[in-house]
Amino acid sequence: MPPTHTPRRVRPATDVARSATLAALTAGTRRGRATSTAFLGVMLVGLSFALVGLLALIVFMFAEGGGRLSLTLLTEGPSTINPGGAGYRPAILGTLWVISGVIMLIVPLGVGSAIYLERYARKDRWWNRLIELNIQNLAGVPSIVFGILGLAFVARGPLGLGFVAIAGSITVAMLVLPTVILAAREALKAVPPSISDGAIALGATQWQTTRRQVLPIALPGILTGVILAVARAIGEAAPLLLVGAVNFITFDPSFTSRYTTLPVLIYNYSTRPQDEFRVLAAAGVIIMLVLVLAMNSVAVWLRNHFETKYREH
Amino acid sequence: MKRSSRRLSAVTLAVLLTAAACGGDSGDGDGLNGDVLIDGSSTVGPLTEVAAELFMNEEEFSNVRVTVAISGTGGGFQKFCIGETDGNDSSRPISEEEAALCESNDIDYDFVQFANDALTVLVNADHPAECLTVEQVSQIWDVGSTVTTWGDVDDLDLPDDWANEPLTPYGPGTDSGTFDFFTESIMGEVGQIRNDYNDIGEDDLAAVRAIEVDRGATGYIPFSYYQEAGDAVKGLAIDGGDGCVEPTPENVRNGTYKPLGRPLFVYFSSSALSRPEVLAFAEFYVENALEIAELAEFVPMTAEQQEEARQRVANLVGG
Amino acid sequence: MTRGNDEPGAGVATRRPLVPSRPRYGETVIRGLLFSCAALSVVITAGIVLSMIGPTISFLGQVPIGEFLTGTTWAPSFATPSFGVLPIVVGTGIILVVSLTVAVPVGLLSAIYLSEYASPRVRRVIKPALEVLEGIPTVAIGLFAFWFLHPLIKNLFPFLGDWRSPFSVGVAGVAVGLLIVPLVASVADDAMKAVPRSLREGAYALGSGKLAVSLRVVFPAAISGIVASIVLAGSRAVGETMVVLIAAGAGNPRLSFDLTEGVQTMTAYIAGRATGDIPVGTLAYDTLFAVGTLLFTATLILNTIAIRFVRRFRELYD
Repeated sequence: MPPTHTPRRVRPATDVARSATLAALTAGTRRGRATSTAFLGVMLVGLSFALVGLLALIVFMFAEGGGRLSLTLLTEGPSTINPGGAGYRPAILGTLWVISGVIMLIVPLGVGSAIYLERYARKDRWWNRLIELNIQNLAGVPSIVFGILGLAFVARGPLGLGFVAIAGSITVAMLVLPTVILAAREALKAVPPSISDGAIALGATQWQTTRRQVLPIALPGILTGVILAVARAIGEAAPLLLVGAVNFITFDPSFTSRYTTLPVLIYNYSTRPQDEFRVLAAAGVIIMLVLVLAMNSVAVWLRNHFETKYREH
Repeated sequence: MKRSSRRLSAVTLAVLLTAAACGGDSGDGDGLNGDVLIDGSSTVGPLTEVAAELFMNEEEFSNVRVTVAISGTGGGFQKFCIGETDGNDSSRPISEEEAALCESNDIDYDFVQFANDALTVLVNADHPAECLTVEQVSQIWDVGSTVTTWGDVDDLDLPDDWANEPLTPYGPGTDSGTFDFFTESIMGEVGQIRNDYNDIGEDDLAAVRAIEVDRGATGYIPFSYYQEAGDAVKGLAIDGGDGCVEPTPENVRNGTYKPLGRPLFVYFSSSALSRPEVLAFAEFYVENALEIAELAEFVPMTAEQQEEARQRVANLVGG
Repeated sequence: MTRGNDEPGAGVATRRPLVPSRPRYGETVIRGLLFSCAALSVVITAGIVLSMIGPTISFLGQVPIGEFLTGTTWAPSFATPSFGVLPIVVGTGIILVVSLTVAVPVGLLSAIYLSEYASPRVRRVIKPALEVLEGIPTVAIGLFAFWFLHPLIKNLFPFLGDWRSPFSVGVAGVAVGLLIVPLVASVADDAMKAVPRSLREGAYALGSGKLAVSLRVVFPAAISGIVASIVLAGSRAVGETMVVLIAAGAGNPRLSFDLTEGVQTMTAYIAGRATGDIPVGTLAYDTLFAVGTLLFTATLILNTIAIRFVRRFRELYD
């Protein structure tokens, strides 16, 4: 007698077989072929909506702000008196400080967490499952909530760092940490088990195996994840609005000083009445677009270059 | 990680940390150095920014770091009264609660006026009206207002096609000092306003844009934004009881543009002024206030107001 | 363990258990360090909850929760304040609906194309392009919506409403939709790629064409992952701040479903309040945290649902 309980894997297969047979009866017909072509057209329209949107954004920003592009954008600070000569210098430096802080935090913490979860954690322990669930949830928390957290605990409260660049770093690091952990885990998962199994069989400890065998292989994937997370962190404005980045500063910021970042200053400029500020804001957007494109290209190159090297058969 | 890359990252870390520590200095030089921190109103902020810029352009002050933040007048007072900032840009006088907070933290302060402002009531450039009385403005904006078309406004002479034009009010959010001042001057109490106006938040520019395209729109914005606004909007004259007075710099300075003329201050604390760099900034600001206001497109003070400002700074330092 | 003299194998050299000859303290230390890295995420979540809970409780002590959740006028700072949160919840809801209306068709169609139809060379170009879209700063998208999309949509669809305001929640929704397309596309693409080749090959063997295989075989088989992609994208849309701040403005306190007006969302309210003018410690300031709690809860629910679906699709085929 056939089993009364159909295993889960079989159900989709039988559904599929049923619908495939039905579809096969119409596939060869002229109507079937026409529908096929029409659908291909619909898909391409859908895809091009997104790509055209992206292109329109880039072209529009270049058109608005392109005339303003010059070295002064990078070397001059903001100026209320002379918007024509203003630039983004403190914001660029501020972004650099904040991002370097973010990198210093997310690389050890993110990779460390991923290594723990992938290679050390016993899945049956409830606390490990809680940590996993927690990270997946954190990845979806709105960025502004991290701003509230930063305001309450980092800038004020127990850490009490004040509204300085390092507070911004910590806030943004907390925001992108889950993304790094998830990407690093994927990279670690992709390493063929045979490599670590072999090392352990030969007597290596877990850490020796991880450090010398698994990590080097997973490194490009981890790096890709870090670069994409950093690209996102550079563009974050909302949480930093709450942690003190809304400033007019003309001096060069440092880790422990007041600061502003590129996206926040762009937003600031866009709210000012003079027309020159609108052009300036668009020019700032161009700088950010160039940054994002550059970082994504590096990440993609890394991924393509190392992708096929260690794929298991 | 391989040993070599770990060493490299340790070195990089050390370099970055050293650079961070060194970056904290404002550099050496012959002049003053230090930090001056001003926070507060988004109306006064641009004025102080201009002051800060000119100040730091001076050779002797080029090592002082002046930061101007914009948390709003109230938010700024919170920080000022716990000693976090040296000065508070204010578009309204300090409130009782805020004064109590300052007192409980032993902050001795005074306000220094640096410019004047004329809150301008705007309508579309094609709008036939030229002047509104305070009563009419209040009728439009008050709590429970039933004014939905321009024809609903009492005693307003309008051609027929305008009488049916829907009246859409735009105003800043409740966070704004401009909001506080407007509601208090016109309606008599802070926060007393109809609850169905279009809230543009902190972005005064948005009101201008809205009024440019919407014939029946109206709003109120600081004078500096009105200066920049161009010809698609019109600033109405206001009748505060003595006839229609237009929003011009002269009328604000001679006090006839009422009740929407207001002084703009920075509150300083005496402890902050005891530091040479803050005092230098405050004195520079006062001495050059007239030029600064012109540059920032605000209404400059009168000579008497400037003299009084000098006095207040001197008293704060001495006292 | 040694064997007794009478048992089989007696006389074999004693075997020691396979344990390290010296205790490896370093390993334990490393394990502890790594664990604390991972546990940090729990600390962060605890921090988020803690930072909001105090003021929220204080707020709810003064405003009954019924009035908060069902009131239709949101005016916390007026002289006669009103604390009904529905207008800003509806604002967020409109953004959610409009953005998903844009992103779900575009994203799913793109995903089907990428996973079933595109050649590897085309994939190598389009996937990075979508990643670039995902990486564009939200400030840029907000400004793009405000300066370019608004006049464009206003001219294309003048009948949608009054168009009196330079802000429009409909335009902001379209911009957020554009922003979340890559999220839908990549998660749905992963889900479809995870469907075993055998299912597809079986269908082809039975004579199906590509269209049938894609829509009737792969798509239903990957449905958990596809649902997950939609829910994740929805959660992202709910949490978006900068685009709505710039393009939807701050809105007005009344409940409104007008797509052509500005409407305030929960996120824009928080951003506005925290950088604005309200004295810390007052009831009006506490509303920031109350709304923050509401927002956090909403995205938590959405994310939990999405995670369930992701788990299911991973389970089926891993």
